[in-house]
Formats: sequence, structure tokens, C-alpha cells
Amino acid sequence: MQHLWLIPALPLLGFLINGLAGRRLPKAVIHTVAVGTVALAFVWVLKTVIALQPLATPHVERYFDWIRVGDLRIGFDLAADRLTAVMLLVVTGVGLLIHIYSIGYMAHEGGYYRFFAYLNLFMFFMLTLVLAANFLLMFVGWEGVGLCSYLLIGFWFLKKSATNAANKAFIVNRIGDFGFTLALFLLYLNFKSLDFGTVFGGLAGWQTDTGMGTLTIIGLLLLVGATGKSAQIPLYVWLPDAMEGPTPVSALIHAATMVTAGVYMIARSAPLFLKAPIAMDWVAGIGLATAFFAATIGMVQTDIKRVFAYSTVSQLGYMFLGVGTGAFGAGIFHLVTHAFFKALLFLGAGSVIHALSGEQDMRRMGGLWKKTPVTFAVMLAATVAIAGIPPFSGFWSKDEILLSAWQRSPVLFWIGVLTAAMTSFYVFRAIFLVFFGTYRGEAHAHESPPVMTLPLVVLAVLSLGGGAFQVSKWLAPMFPEHAPPENPLLLAVSISAAFGGALVAWALYWWRPALPDMIAARLKWLYRAAFRKYWVDEIYGATVVRPLVGTSREVLWRGIDVEVIDGAVNGIGRRALGIGSLLRLAQSGYIRSYAAWVLLGAVSLLIALGVLGGVR
Amino acid sequence: MPNAVPLSWYLALSAVLFTLGVGGFLFRRNIITMFMSIELMLNAVNLTFVAFSYRLRQIDGQVFTFFVMVVAAAEAAVGLAIILIVFKNRATLQVDDLRTMKD
Repeated sequence: MQHLWLIPALPLLGFLINGLAGRRLPKAVIHTVAVGTVALAFVWVLKTVIALQPLATPHVERYFDWIRVGDLRIGFDLAADRLTAVMLLVVTGVGLLIHIYSIGYMAHEGGYYRFFAYLNLFMFFMLTLVLAANFLLMFVGWEGVGLCSYLLIGFWFLKKSATNAANKAFIVNRIGDFGFTLALFLLYLNFKSLDFGTVFGGLAGWQTDTGMGTLTIIGLLLLVGATGKSAQIPLYVWLPDAMEGPTPVSALIHAATMVTAGVYMIARSAPLFLKAPIAMDWVAGIGLATAFFAATIGMVQTDIKRVFAYSTVSQLGYMFLGVGTGAFGAGIFHLVTHAFFKALLFLGAGSVIHALSGEQDMRRMGGLWKKTPVTFAVMLAATVAIAGIPPFSGFWSKDEILLSAWQRSPVLFWIGVLTAAMTSFYVFRAIFLVFFGTYRGEAHAHESPPVMTLPLVVLAVLSLGGGAFQVSKWLAPMFPEHAPPENPLLLAVSISAAFGGALVAWALYWWRPALPDMIAARLKWLYRAAFRKYWVDEIYGATVVRPLVGTSREVLWRGIDVEVIDGAVNGIGRRALGIGSLLRLAQSGYIRSYAAWVLLGAVSLLIALGVLGGVR
Repeated sequence: MPNAVPLSWYLALSAVLFTLGVGGFLFRRNIITMFMSIELMLNAVNLTFVAFSYRLRQIDGQVFTFFVMVVAAAEAAVGLAIILIVFKNRATLQVDDLRTMKD
């Protein structure tokens, strides 16, 4: 026993303390509890992972039966294998840094205890998701992180746009979860269990599914779930809006951990996907399409957090491309490095926003490198990491994914490289707009306090050196052999794409600052389409939301609810009144008249009995 | 049973008394009188019970009579109390005046 349950239980304890008593606690106690429990969880993860070395086989701990109906048994079982270990370290490690950062970022905000209680609750659910040893327990964590995401996006609930964004995130995720639950039903129907071990063990007796068979359908349904949680086409629309939440939330939930749950889930279900190549192709295709599509939007956004939001969508697409082409290790590797540099980008952006007292528009920033040197340095570190410039972390993971894509099909590779160039372009564009040139805003800029910059520095070190973690090599025994041959030519192509994107950004936003507007004017139509996010929100609004709301209002509410249900209830009441008003006429109020009626009744009864022969 | 009064006489008397009771209840307006009419009806029935009991040599009819008398006594107690309260509140014993429930 390694007491795996302690890992999620510690943040849960923090949630209970802050959630129940936080209102009466001083701020120092609140953040000590919140950060302390996560720190303890991180230490416990480290201890467990070290104690379980080399972790060649999954370490399962069964605690109690959660559901037992007929021959269905679902236990509260936690398991740790290498994949889990990687996820645990990322979630608790990055989570801890973001918790520390939040102490500074949220210092002047109301609802301090509420914020930390939600963050701790999120950690609990995320760790449950990662540690679960069966699909249903994983689904509990899956839904729980969705709930926390909703609560934290809508943290400033007095802001209409924030509550709208929270609702949007929750509802869009519901669509994905619908696919996930259907997949769970099919899994149980075919394998009589939802245990990872039993299901994947049972797969041995299945042929590889080359058509639209059961396994392909399960895989596609799981993919639907993953597109919801991990913001892929067609369900990615909630993530950019989710930036309404506080920036640490964007960093923790909507960049580093929760949104990668879909990638984790697909990697976890790798044995199933490997037997369903069509589903795999869909994963890769959707990932690549999302990566490309989101990158084009990211290139023209002006809100700093939106740039990084689309960048997250795009990078998640990369991870899908990785797992979809069979490079599960590389996909998870990119998940890890992305957690470092994207959390850093968001936290850095938060630091900039904090420094400028809430300004998010990059057109009103500029020249900040002198005023916020630490933030500038760490943002630069994250930028070179995400852009894929060697030898920093993003380069290694992205390169592995691109190699795997090349092996599957050169077309995937070339689109991937183009996306990489765009990625490099938009992050460097953000850097040039924010930190170089002349300052274009009014707010008085100041560097953030050490409690915020310290986590940034740690993340910067991880972003730069994260490539040293040989994640895919460590995960290799878990997945089938997948080692595309090293190809120096492809390496050169992807490196030049990274530098090319950076160079274009430099040319447009530093060397000739007038050029972007000229290009935008020349390609007016294309620019507007990308700037307005291809009107996807509007299209969804017209094709899905409006008909749904209209049908609900006109048919379900005014038709069925008001007319049929209320009509039936009120109709019964009205009919009773009507009958009563008729019977009322017989009531004269004279006792003697009633007595006469009684007499009449008795006599007629006697006569009737006599006629019918009842009285002898 | 020589020289006994025939049963039919008792029954006829009982029927006459009962009809008087019904008539009194229907046609008199004073509550007290109606009340007495009810007593009359009850006692008419009692007479029938006793007559049959004597004729059939069975004690059951007489037992029933006692039950009826007990109920009648209880009814008189409750009924007279109600009449008293009604009179206190309305200063009338005319039954046709008491029809507020109708409105």
C-alpha cells in the first residue's frame, strides 16, 4: 500500500477547510492551507513515485466497492503506472506553482477563500481523474474538473460576460460528455466491466477493427468526449471565452491541466485505439485541423489572453496529432512541456495585466521590458520554448510529434510544420507588441511581487530545460514500439519553420511596424475572417443555439408545458368548479328541504326495493 | 297468550307516531319542536322493537331499545347545547333563518 488516496484527499481537505470556514479565516491562513495541502500532495506524489520505482506494471489499490449491481462491480480503485506518474507530477507540480502565484495575483480580490477553495477542489478532481483505475471513476474526476472550471470561469459572477462564458464552457462540455457516457455504456456492454485492466485485457480477443465496428465506434465516442474537454474542433469554442476567469485559472485549468485530460484519456485508452485505426485517424485529423485553424486565429487576435487561448487550442491539437499517429509518448511529452511553457505564458500575461492594472489589449502595451524585466525574461523563455527553437523544451516534444506525423503521411507533416511556423509567429508577435517598441497605454507599469515572479522563474527553468525529461522514452514500455527514424532533413525543416516564424514576427512588428496594417488591408477579407474567428460562434449560434432556444421556448415551454401540462392541471380544477356550481343549485340552505329530500330518497329506495323484489 | 293485544296494533301505532314525527320535522319551523319530532320518531322505532321482542320471545329488540335511548340522550345533550348557542348568537329559533352556510 502506498496510500495513493492521500494524493487527492489532501487538496480535498484544503477545500473543506477553506470552503466551510474560509469566510472567517484571515488571508494568511487561507493561502497557507490551500498551498500547503497541494505542496503536501506534491511531496506525497514524489514519495510514491520514488517508492514505486521502476513502476513497470501498474500499481493498483482497491479501497471499497462503490457500485455493486448484479454482476456490475465498480470499485473506488486508484492505480499508478508510468503515465499516471507523469500526469501526477505535472498536475501537482505546476498546480503548486500556480497556487503560489495566486497568492500575489489574487491579493486584492474579493472572495479570496472562495478562489482557493475552488482551486483545491479542482486539484482533488483532477487527481482523481488521473489516478482512477476504471472509466467511471475517471468520469467522476472528468465531470468534477468541469464543475470547477465552470465555478472559476464565473468567479467574478457579477460580470455578465463571465457567467455567460462559464455557462458556455459547461454546456459545450456536456455535449462531449454525452459521447463519453455512450462510450462507457458500449464498453460495459462489450467487456462487462469498466476496469482499465479488465477492458484492455479483454481486448486481446478482439480483431483489429478496420471498418465501423464496435471498437471504432467506442473510439470515436471517446474522441467526442475528448474534443469537448480538450477544446478541439468542433467543440473548441468554449476555451477562448473561458479566459474571462482569473488568469491563474486560465493557466492551471485552461492551459496546463484540465484541457489536457482528453489527451490523457486517449493515451490511457491507447490499447483500444490501436485496435481501431479509423478512430486513430480521426484523432490525428481533428488534432491537426484544430492546430492549424486555431493558429490562424491566434495570429491576428489583439487580446493577449486570447492569443494564448487559441495557442492552447492549437497546441492541444498537436497533442492529438501525436497520439492520433501512434506517438502516445510524444503526445504526453508535449502535454508536459506545454504545461510548463503555456502555464508560464499565461502567468506572465497575468503579471503583465497585473502590472498594467487590468489592461489586456496588446495594442495598448509596448516597451515593457524595462519596467518588468523579470516578467519579460520568463516570457521570452516560454516563447522560445513554445516556438520550438532548439534546444528548449517545446522543440523536443514537437519534433517527436512531427516525425511521427511524417511517418504516417507527409501531408500531416507539412501542415504541422506550417502550424509550427505560425505558432512561432504569433508568440513572437505577442512578445514584440508587449515588450518592445514604445509604450502605448496610460497605466503606470510596475513589476509584480516576488511571490508571483518566483513561480515564474521556476517555470521558466522548466520551460527551457524541460526537454531533458525523457518522458516519451520513459513511457515507451507502456505503448507499442513507435520510434520513427531520426531524419535530419525534417529536423532542419522544423527548425527553420520555428526561426522563420520568429523572423517574420520580427520583420513585421519591429523592423517595419507599418507592414502589418498594410498586409491586413491588402488581405482584408482573410484578415477579417480570422480576426472574427471565422464567425464560428455566430454560425453555431444560428444553426444550433437559436433553433434550440426557439424550439424550447415555443414548443416545449409555450406548447407542452403551458398548454398540455399546465392545461391538464388547471383544466381539472376548472371542471371541478363547473360541476360544483351545478350541484350548488340543489343546496337551498333550508334544513326542512334537506329533510324532505331524505324522506323522498328513503321512500323511493323502499319502492325500488319492493318493485325489484328486494323486500319479501 | 290469551287476550293479548295483537302485534299489528302496536305496529300501526308505531307507524302513526313515526309519521307524526316526520310530519312535525318537515312542517314545523321551531327548532325545539323539530327536535321533539326526532325524539318521537326514535321512540316510534323503539315501540316496534319492543313489540317484536315480546312477540318473538327474543331479548335482542329490548337491548336495541336501550341503545337507541342512550343515543337519544346523548343527542339531546349535544343538540340542546347547539340550540342554546344558536339562540344566544341569533336570538331566533326559526330554522329557516339559519342558512348562512348557503351564502
